[in-house]
Amino acid sequence: MNWINAIVQGVMLGGVYALFACGLSLMFGVMRTVNLSHGDLAVLGAFLVAVLAAAVGISPFFAVLLVLPVMGLVGVALQRGILSKALRTGGMSSMLATFGLAIVLQNVLLEIFSADSRSLEVGSLSTAGLQLGSSVSIPYLGVLTVVVAVALLGGLQLLLARTGIGRAIRATAADADTAELVGIDSRRVYAWAAAIAVATAGLAGAFFAMRSSFSPSMGPTQLLFAFEVVVIGGLGSLWGTLVGGMVLGVAQTVGAQVDPRFSIVAGHAVFLAVLAFRPQGLLGMRRSRT
Amino acid sequence: MTTAPPVAPATAAAPSTIHRWTPVSRTASSALAALLLVLAFAPLVFTPEVTAKLTTLFVLVIIAAMWNALAGYAGLVSVGQQGFIGLGAYGVFLFVDRGVNPFVAVVLSALLAGALAVPTSLLAFRLTGGQFAIGMWAIAEFFRLVVVNTPSLGGGSGRSLTDLSATDPAVRQAQVYWLALALMSALLLAVFVLLRSRLGASLEAIRDDPVGAASVGVRVTSAKRLVFVLAAVGGAAAGGLTLANTLRVQPDSIFGVHWSAYMIFMVVIGGLGTFEGPIIGAIVFFLVQDWFGDTGGTWYLIGLGALAIGMTLWMPHGLWGTVARRRDLELLPVGYRVKTPVV
Repeated sequence: MNWINAIVQGVMLGGVYALFACGLSLMFGVMRTVNLSHGDLAVLGAFLVAVLAAAVGISPFFAVLLVLPVMGLVGVALQRGILSKALRTGGMSSMLATFGLAIVLQNVLLEIFSADSRSLEVGSLSTAGLQLGSSVSIPYLGVLTVVVAVALLGGLQLLLARTGIGRAIRATAADADTAELVGIDSRRVYAWAAAIAVATAGLAGAFFAMRSSFSPSMGPTQLLFAFEVVVIGGLGSLWGTLVGGMVLGVAQTVGAQVDPRFSIVAGHAVFLAVLAFRPQGLLGMRRSRT
Repeated sequence: MTTAPPVAPATAAAPSTIHRWTPVSRTASSALAALLLVLAFAPLVFTPEVTAKLTTLFVLVIIAAMWNALAGYAGLVSVGQQGFIGLGAYGVFLFVDRGVNPFVAVVLSALLAGALAVPTSLLAFRLTGGQFAIGMWAIAEFFRLVVVNTPSLGGGSGRSLTDLSATDPAVRQAQVYWLALALMSALLLAVFVLLRSRLGASLEAIRDDPVGAASVGVRVTSAKRLVFVLAAVGGAAAGGLTLANTLRVQPDSIFGVHWSAYMIFMVVIGGLGTFEGPIIGAIVFFLVQDWFGDTGGTWYLIGLGALAIGMTLWMPHGLWGTVARRRDLELLPVGYRVKTPVV
């Protein structure tokens, strides 16, 4: 029964990972760049929610709704201030600049909030769950996270497939220069993509903070997990992101069930195995190798 | 990296000549060789404290030059080179425990890491661009966790190199210094020779356009792999030297991503894709580190990160790259120049 419980917990954890990965995947798909500050932006979101909830005395869930547009603006600022210039210089500079930003963000958060871990109080919801038998329990917060992840990915899918800005994003992702020719302002598209990506990073950070303690230094680890989710699930596949999140989550919880020390190693091992045997990802299309 | 002046029209009286060396670069290269020779005598003149600092500088030069070879010439931006630094440090124990001399163990450990880089490249090369960068980070984390879960290596709390503690500190420091100087010289020479060879031109072609390079017959993957292995050997040598210099290693610090921050900072400051840039970047970084004291401070790291962003955006060729372009300078020539007779 413990094994079943480990798998259930892994699926719930996978919901958070899918949230983390969603923005990273979107930004890579549209701008062909990996935002190395993605994890630290998520931590920034978690801190903003915590500060706002504590200062105004509102529920973290309500605070999240207020923080999301702020994170969206952070995304626009990231695009306008750093990425637009770095993308013009070449693909390498955007990586170097976002890596620099990651270091700045992490240390600014350390300076303001110290290295102590803290948690986001969600009252009884943090422990409440549906008890099935003696050892399996389904936490409501976990279910909520998975529901939010599915809703977010579904919403993004709809946005990309059905709306004008979605078409513009897809056109720019396919070929930015040609999209410009037919009147699509790629700067605006990139700003939208960055806004959505950073807002979802903040959302992921907030949900992570509700389920476990967090600190300024956890950004890089979250970036790694998000990246592994993208590779495991398959690039350019939104539902792959969900599957990738679940696979990574289950690998970690089942690994922990074998021996608590194996939790993270098991996740990395699954990532390396996917890289070795199915480099296009579980749900990805086979890409032509160059 | 030298931008060649326009080739003379066919009607010119004398044909254009292609050459590498200029009087300036001849002088500079000889001066550098002489400097390395002079540095060999440092332990006889300076206190162990000074040589310990210089050893740190040599380690920085090694990792900056290796990262530059990877990113600046092969186009492989990696934020996971700390994986090889860590393997190099821990590999030393593997040999020391079997009775090998610690200094020989540093060299053997570096070669072992190079051998391990071959299978690593098989996985990592399935990713490109930014994905390769983070993929290497995940691989470095994997290495770290394997070490942490190996009890004989001290687990999470690390391990000390007791074999060297018995030696007289002054003698030991001098020996570590010489090893660092020798390894730095050898690795810099290796990069220099590599970049001047036919492969150097192939690498620059790959960096600028991998598909185009492949279409004119460059064996892209094997050229990249060679640099990747060399960078792994260099990183591991830096790790082994760090262990020999400090006598203690902890997985979280030797496998720490701050190494990548340092490498990127040094190369970006000095000039990506130039041979001299990373050396200058390492010296600048060493001086900054020396002035600001311990490297753990948050403001210090905020400054480093901000400077990396600023340099990337507004001075993408770095200090040396900017000067070299303006003055058409190359101290250690790895490219070619075309000299067109004035008609």
